Amino acid sequence: MPKYTNPFEHLLNPGHTACPGCGQLIAARHVIDACGPDTIIANATGCLEVTTSKHPTSSWKVPWIHSLFENPSAVASGILAAIKHKGLDGKVKVLAQGGDGSTFDIGFGLISGMWERGDNILYVCYDTEVYSNTGYQASGATPLDAFTRTTWPGKKSLGNRMFKKNMLEIALAHRVGYVATTTSGYIEDIKRKVKKAWDTPGPKFIHILTPCVPGWGIEDNQAIELGKLAQKTGFFPVVEFVNGELVSSMKVPQDAPKVDEYLKYHARFKHLFKDPKGAEQIKILQKICNDNIAKYNLK
Amino acid sequence: MNTKKQIVEGSHAVAEIMKNLRPAVVAAYPITPQTHIVEDLAKMKDNGEADFEFINAESEFSAASMVLGASATGVRTYTATSSQGLLLMTEVLFNIAGMRLPVVVTCANRAISSPINIWNDQQDSVTIRDAGWLQLYAETNQEAVDLHILAYKLAESLMLPVMVNMDGFVLTHTFESVEIPEVSLIKKFLPDYLAPKDSTLDTANSRSLGTFATPERYLEIRQELFEDVAAAKKEIVRQNSEFKKVFGRGIGNGLIEEYKTKDADIILVAMGSVCGTIKEVIDQLRTKGKKVGLLKIISFRPFPDVEIVKALSKVKYVAVVDKAISIGTEGILATEIKRACYGQLKAQISSFVVGLGGRDITEKMISDIVDLAKVKTGKIGFVGR
Ligand SMILES: Cc1ncc(C[n+]2csc(CCOP(=O)(O)OP(=O)(O)O)c2C)c(N)n1
Repeated sequence: MPKYTNPFEHLLNPGHTACPGCGQLIAARHVIDACGPDTIIANATGCLEVTTSKHPTSSWKVPWIHSLFENPSAVASGILAAIKHKGLDGKVKVLAQGGDGSTFDIGFGLISGMWERGDNILYVCYDTEVYSNTGYQASGATPLDAFTRTTWPGKKSLGNRMFKKNMLEIALAHRVGYVATTTSGYIEDIKRKVKKAWDTPGPKFIHILTPCVPGWGIEDNQAIELGKLAQKTGFFPVVEFVNGELVSSMKVPQDAPKVDEYLKYHARFKHLFKDPKGAEQIKILQKICNDNIAKYNLK
Repeated sequence: MNTKKQIVEGSHAVAEIMKNLRPAVVAAYPITPQTHIVEDLAKMKDNGEADFEFINAESEFSAASMVLGASATGVRTYTATSSQGLLLMTEVLFNIAGMRLPVVVTCANRAISSPINIWNDQQDSVTIRDAGWLQLYAETNQEAVDLHILAYKLAESLMLPVMVNMDGFVLTHTFESVEIPEVSLIKKFLPDYLAPKDSTLDTANSRSLGTFATPERYLEIRQELFEDVAAAKKEIVRQNSEFKKVFGRGIGNGLIEEYKTKDADIILVAMGSVCGTIKEVIDQLRTKGKKVGLLKIISFRPFPDVEIVKALSKVKYVAVVDKAISIGTEGILATEIKRACYGQLKAQISSFVVGLGGRDITEKMISDIVDLAKVKTGKIGFVGR
């Protein structure tokens, strides 16, 4: 059993202004706890930054810097270089983190550069599948058919027309030594993977699905449960690669729940159950789950 | 000997002085005409002549972000760029100034696209004048070397970023005789960088940097930056005279340099390498009895209003020679000069634009400007068409 921790003993303290039940804040707290106090964070602009760092206050008990929306990876590379020069390499960890908009879209090229350089940095993406901080517009991580404020279901649309970008494969294509996915439904898995990531030299990437209460249109007690259901349906595969080899995959139940069991809790997919064409789309989404299950050996 | 005099390319001189200034982290991305500087630095690193961390960035945006991160971790940093690269950095440049990081950047000045053009003017740096950086302009390669030493001194004493500007090709690719001070001499002026503990990323003393400010706080923070940049004028003058004591030379009073202005009835105002050409022309015109002088602007930010007004107080005509324009209005330095002199001078101030995109600036163009400045046209003079 994990032991109880006084809220103020975490490295990300209460007092932040995130929505009640925010999946991202839960995940972020455990990520930094698993990294430990000898960590410097470079944080992208986004909900995690805005809710934890209102001047002159801060929820962070580790050295933390926010520069811009697109550059935590490059800022982290600069920090790492400075640390190396001070002879602190290996003693101080560098964690770069951002949302899906920062990671999949605007900061994408910079992350590619960081990976190519082989920098000893853990990059964590908290994936809310939408630009949460600006009020829920579509990002490259938004799933097919989701309603966002820039992909409205209507007479001529069933929501987002694009497939979610596969960051996992993109990281693997860069030969990133440690690549893993998980969700805020699995706290122990987050902690284990963060610790394991630090055993791999060079770049490491952890992609965490973190439900966004208002962005997804879910209840504020569902971030954990839907984090689990996303995995159980195969909609979001939870896997782990070391040096390009699949070393673990979290299995889906033998009678894996169908994707509509997951979709039905989200206001962002509500239209699929009303529009007659929605049933066809749900079949496509189910196929995405089936393909993930086959591809990542989830059964 | 604390100093060696050599005939070297401007870019190489900058790389040599950067080696002696001992940054901990250098980040770089190539763009003409800055390339030779970072190539030389990479070579010094690879040869084991220098021990800075050298990062090949995948864009100027990243290079600027890297020096931001490294500087926030409490070490001396460096990068160089030009033109499109500088504009791509813009968002980060504002951020660096707002975070009060003592980053130094060299801008090898180059025209801005479109049309794309690799040759010299000053549209790049002048365009980002409002970012909160100090901006210094070199006339010669010796000045470029010296301004880098001064830049670190200013950056680290004021906790403000400094951009050293040198004209692309005209300086960066030109061989001149230059003295490059050795480390031992530099150390007498610029000690090793000791970052302030309370604003550095350090696991022994955790701080949050780059936090967000609400309307109740933002204005004061921006005003403080404004006032500190304005007040930097004093420090520039002070450090420039310290510099003179240690190195036996210096540029003007650090803010401006006056050339034959005392008895002049017309003064040209300019920044950078064109000042060399102007001085030549002034010498020729003076043999013909024309009383012409030059006011060279070394510090464009902070802008030395008071010093400028004083230097121009007695002349009838002022001709501002710009290599950067605010499209649809006039030369940018011209606007700045008029603002500084508003209500203080009777002189007729005219705006002349030269050398855009590397157009050769001839002596004849400068002497034409001297004549044109006396004619009141109310128009901007694009000279050399
Ligand atoms: C260059 C730039 N473009 C746009 C923005 C506006 N912006 C701030 S946060 C944000 C969305 C962040 O989304 P994401 O990265 O997914 O993080 P989340 O808020 O969802 O955690 C946007 C678009 C910005 N700050 N900077």
